[in-house]
Amino acid sequence: MLSIRNLKVSINGKEILNGINLEVKAGEVHAIMGPNGTGKSTLAYVIAGREGYEVTEGEIIFKGRNILDLSAEERACEGLFLGFQYPVEIPGVSITNFLRTAINEQRKYKGLDPVPATEFLARMEGKKQLLELQDKLANRSVNEGFSGGEKKKNEIFQMAMLEPSLAILDETDSGLDIDALRIVATGVNKLRRPDNATIVITHYQRLLEYIVPDVVHILFDGRIVKSGGKELALLLEEKGYEWIKSDASFK
Amino acid sequence: MDAGIVPTIYDLKDYLKNVFATKQQEISSNDTPLVTTKRAKAFELFNKAGFPHAALERWRGTDLSRALNHDYQALPEPPSDNLDIDKIFKCDVPYFETLLVSQLNGWYTDRKNLIQVFPNGMVIGSLAAAFHKYPELIQAHYGQYADDSSESLTALNTAMAQDGVFIYVPDNVTVEQNVQMVNITDFKQNLFLNTRNLVILGENSHLRLVQCDDSINHDISFINTVTEVKIGRNSTLDHYKLQNKDDHTTMINSMYFHQDEGSSLSTNAISLNGGLIRNLSHITMSGSHSSAEVCGLYLMDRYQHIDNQVYINHVAPECESRELFKGVLDDHASGVFNGHIKVHRDAQKTNAFQTNKNILLSDKASIDTKPFLEIYADDVKCSHGATIGQLDAEALFYIRSRGISESNAKILLMYAFAAEVINKISIPELRLRMDDMVKKRLRGELSQCEQCVLNCSSHEMQKVEFNIDMSKI
Repeated sequence: MLSIRNLKVSINGKEILNGINLEVKAGEVHAIMGPNGTGKSTLAYVIAGREGYEVTEGEIIFKGRNILDLSAEERACEGLFLGFQYPVEIPGVSITNFLRTAINEQRKYKGLDPVPATEFLARMEGKKQLLELQDKLANRSVNEGFSGGEKKKNEIFQMAMLEPSLAILDETDSGLDIDALRIVATGVNKLRRPDNATIVITHYQRLLEYIVPDVVHILFDGRIVKSGGKELALLLEEKGYEWIKSDASFK
Repeated sequence: MDAGIVPTIYDLKDYLKNVFATKQQEISSNDTPLVTTKRAKAFELFNKAGFPHAALERWRGTDLSRALNHDYQALPEPPSDNLDIDKIFKCDVPYFETLLVSQLNGWYTDRKNLIQVFPNGMVIGSLAAAFHKYPELIQAHYGQYADDSSESLTALNTAMAQDGVFIYVPDNVTVEQNVQMVNITDFKQNLFLNTRNLVILGENSHLRLVQCDDSINHDISFINTVTEVKIGRNSTLDHYKLQNKDDHTTMINSMYFHQDEGSSLSTNAISLNGGLIRNLSHITMSGSHSSAEVCGLYLMDRYQHIDNQVYINHVAPECESRELFKGVLDDHASGVFNGHIKVHRDAQKTNAFQTNKNILLSDKASIDTKPFLEIYADDVKCSHGATIGQLDAEALFYIRSRGISESNAKILLMYAFAAEVINKISIPELRLRMDDMVKKRLRGELSQCEQCVLNCSSHEMQKVEFNIDMSKI
């Protein structure tokens, strides 16, 4: 699904990622953990195609194709999704219209006609039920006046509607209370299929009590210093990030 | 004209002086002595001041010299008696029921029926006819609110305007229909037009008024419109101004509102196109407990220029004014926002808030925004804020990361920016159509040669629901 090879990324000449290697297969859930400022969000942004980053070396192969030359929207149309740590407010544009526009643009990219209104609405209703969303988020403007929890739930709802092959959730758990966390985790678990994959970026082990990852990676100083099973997250929780910083074997 | 400040080849001031001197009879043909006296005084003021120029603080950002330098013809003939306005103009906003009041080249078009009295007592008609028919109302209100001494173009209008619309709503009348004023220009030469309207609301009355400016042909024109509005005690006026003119048009729109105690005004100017537009909203709150909401949206590109001047004169205590102006400027377009709030010494407990937000899409576009608060009372709440920015990069990336192309993401963000002003429109049908027109404008689909400012030739918006379907682009 995704294979990142020796990825090196700088911002304004400063190297943030120095040689990332990552293999994600269909059906897998990966967790990327690490202390603040080690490049977790940068990695997410670079995969999603945000401008302003300089890729100095390496490649990102998504579904067999190097996507580094593709724009953010083209990558989305290819099946990438980024759940934002800080979702943006778009006043005056309802979630319904926003999603319909997004879905239709993705369909246009694939040479498909726009989704009929009734089919679209049925899909919205289905996904709302799947995610156990009771509130009327869909009629409100995108993220406008949403609480932190509502914004994150809305990210998961968008993910459910867009049905990406690979979803990257950037600190989706930050700032969530336990109920919101549960809804977000349930959503991720329910949307899990043999033909899609998820990368969960998180600072805390807490989310991983709800979303059980197949692989856990520890990102430190712009590199993945250790990968392992879900027990690695527990070990990290127990020993803290100081363990990585002090243990010479990670350097 | 003071040569050197406004260098011209065609001396328009000289031409107008000549017209005023030699065609006095034609200009004053429908006057009462009161009106004729006002003309003479006003022309003197204009003659002394000349056309506005950049040395005047209120005109610093708007240069009229290019607009004035044409071979204009003033005093168009009134239309013939059997003019069929439906043949020239049709407003096709779905479900938008209005009482249509039209003007052609400044003249009231219904020549056979110059004054119409409705069963509820409302009067709508030609101002020239009202001079004779309603001398008391004219004496009490005509020329009472317009400021001839500080705006020379208003003075010129008082001196030369021959006709316009007269609306009178008596006490305790709620006008159910939306009244729509349409000012059409269609002239074989470069038209220099002064048109004058007077709107009087008595006490406890309510009116919704939509003003549309439109042109049929594409010749150069200079339209100088003055509208005086009196809002009586406890009355409300909901006012909209829709501007979609071609790039050859210069439009000077001066609105003078006078509010009595407990009255409420909402005015919203939506400028979608126009070579040079200057909107003045001059509001005097002379009675306590009145409120004014003054909004504007402008979407300009190419070499268009928009100037919004707001002057809120808080004379009485315990009044509230709120201003919200938003604009998007592209290419070489330029804009001015000048928000002057004056709170007099006795206007205690005034609340006055002002916001002006701008997005500049190109580095050649410019906006000159200036709040000016002049406060003499000590117990007031006033605030102002102005922003100038580009489209938010983080928001653009967010939208694109969902698969929406960069150009559509930009349109979506601009639309989101404009929506705040559009949502202030309280007539649902009008809000929907404006919403649609703004989307069209942002997509670059709105042409200025369509028949009416409200006629955007499409009927996809029949259902009353919000729909922003970018896939059709």
